[in-house]
Amino acid sequence: MSPGSSDHLSLLERETLSAKRPTLWLRARLVQAIRHFFTEKNYLEIETPYLVPAPAPELHIDAIHAGGAFLHTSPELCMKRLLAAGYPKIFQICKCFRQGERGERHLPEFTLLEWYRAETDYLGLMDECEEMVIFVLEELGLPPVLEFKGKAVDLQRPWPRFTVQEAFERHASAPLEQAVTSDRFDEILAFEIEPSLGFPKPVFLYHYPSALAALARLSKDASGVAERFELYAAGIELANAFSELTDPVEQRARFEMELAKRKQQGKTVYPMPEKFLRTLPFMPESAGIALGVDRLVMLLSNQKEIDPVVSFTPEEL
Amino acid sequence: MYNASNLRKGLKILIDKEPYVVTDFQFTKPGKGQALYRCKLRNMINGIMIDRTYRSVDTFESANLEQRKMQYLYNQEGHFYFMDQQNYDQSALSSEQVGDAKNYLMDNLEVDVLLFDGRPIGLTLPNFVDLLVTQADPWAKGDSVAGDSKPVTLETGYTLRVPPFIEEGIKITVDTRTGEYVTRVK
Repeated sequence: MSPGSSDHLSLLERETLSAKRPTLWLRARLVQAIRHFFTEKNYLEIETPYLVPAPAPELHIDAIHAGGAFLHTSPELCMKRLLAAGYPKIFQICKCFRQGERGERHLPEFTLLEWYRAETDYLGLMDECEEMVIFVLEELGLPPVLEFKGKAVDLQRPWPRFTVQEAFERHASAPLEQAVTSDRFDEILAFEIEPSLGFPKPVFLYHYPSALAALARLSKDASGVAERFELYAAGIELANAFSELTDPVEQRARFEMELAKRKQQGKTVYPMPEKFLRTLPFMPESAGIALGVDRLVMLLSNQKEIDPVVSFTPEEL
Repeated sequence: MYNASNLRKGLKILIDKEPYVVTDFQFTKPGKGQALYRCKLRNMINGIMIDRTYRSVDTFESANLEQRKMQYLYNQEGHFYFMDQQNYDQSALSSEQVGDAKNYLMDNLEVDVLLFDGRPIGLTLPNFVDLLVTQADPWAKGDSVAGDSKPVTLETGYTLRVPPFIEEGIKITVDTRTGEYVTRVK
C-alpha cells in the first residue's frame, strides 16, 4: 500500500508510534543494560514457560485462562525450582499476565525482571537493587539525578529504608494494625502513603505484616512481620522482594489459606502447585525480587503513565 | 448486578437506593494487594458529586433507569409537565431537575425523559432546537461598538447573542449543548 492511500486511522497510529520512538529506544537499551549487569555478575539468564498448569496461589493475583491452563502471573515458582536444583544465581526478563489489571500504571500484560540469588536475604537484594539501577543509568549515559514530573529524583546510593510501620506512622490516617484488621491496608498504602514515597531518593519499604506475604520468610528479628520489601521511586512502585520461604509445610499451609480465601470470594481456585512444593526442601536460603520493567522505563523517561512506554496497549490492538 | 471490575465511565449503579453515574474512574493495585477502583460519581437525582473507592469484592445493583420519548406540555408553579407519547401518561419535573433545559422548552418539543423506578428524574434535549426570536433590537448599520453580534430574546425567555441580521419574528436553530446560535431557519 502506498503512503498516499493510508486512511486517517492508520495515519494516527503512525503518529502515535512515531512519538514513542525515543521511549522505545530507551526501553531497548535499558533491557540490554539489565542483561549486561546480570551476565557480568555471572547470573544465568533463564526462560521459563508462560503457560503453566498451576499459578502461585495468591488471593489478589488473578491468572488468565489459556488453552486449559493459565498464563503465568510471574515466573516465581519455576525459577525457585531451578534454585532448588542448584542454580544459585538466575534472572529472567519476561512477559507476565494478570486478569483485569488495567490503569494508569497497569497493563494486563507487562514485562517483569525477576532475579533470585542463593545465600543472601532481602537486605542483600536491597544493595544489589541499588547497584543494578546505578549500573544501567551509567550504561545509558543518564545522570544520577533525573527530573520526574517537575520534581528531582536522586538515584545516587544509598537509598533510605523505612519499615511499613514507620511509613504508616508518618503518612497514614490510621495505625498499621488497625489498617490490617479492617482490611484497609492496601487502600491506605495506595492513596495515602505511595504518592509521597520515593522523593527525592528511591525508598525501600520493608517488614510487611506477615499476613501480606504469601511466599516470604518471617523475620528472625522482628515479630509478626515478613522479610519482604517494596521499592518505590517518585511515587511509583517499582519492585517487590523477599527472603524466600523454604519451609514446605508452612508454604503449603499458606497456599491453602490463599486458595480458601479465593474460593470464599468466588475466584478461580487454582490447583496446588505440588511439584513446586516437592522441590522446596531442597531450596537454599535465598532471596528473590520482581521489578517492573515498564515502570522503570516510565521513571527514566519521565512518563507518569504506562501507555507511552509500550509499543501497543490492549486497546490499540 | 455488577462487580468492581465492571466499573467504567458512564456506568450507572445504585448507591443507598439512589442512581449514580460513574464520571471518573481510576484503577490501581499495590503489586501484591487488592485491586482498588477510585471513582467519582454523580447522583442522577440531585447532581451531587461523590468520591468512592471500591475493592474487587464490592458488588453493585444496577439502577432501574428508563428513557421515554415525551412531549413538553407546559409549566406551572415551578413544575414542567410532559406527556408520554406511547401511553399518554403525564410526568412532572421540578425546575431544579430541568435546569438550563428550560431555555429550550417550547410547547410540543419532543424530549427524552429519564425515569428511575418509574419516577421522572431528568431529561435529555435534542442537540438542536428551532426557536422564535421574540425580541431583537434593530441593528444600526456601521455600529461597530457591539462587534458582529447582538443580544436577542427567544420565545422561551432565553437570551443569547446572534449575528446582526437576525430580527424579531425569525426562527433560529440553537445548539442545546452549548447554548449558542447555529443558523437561521429558512
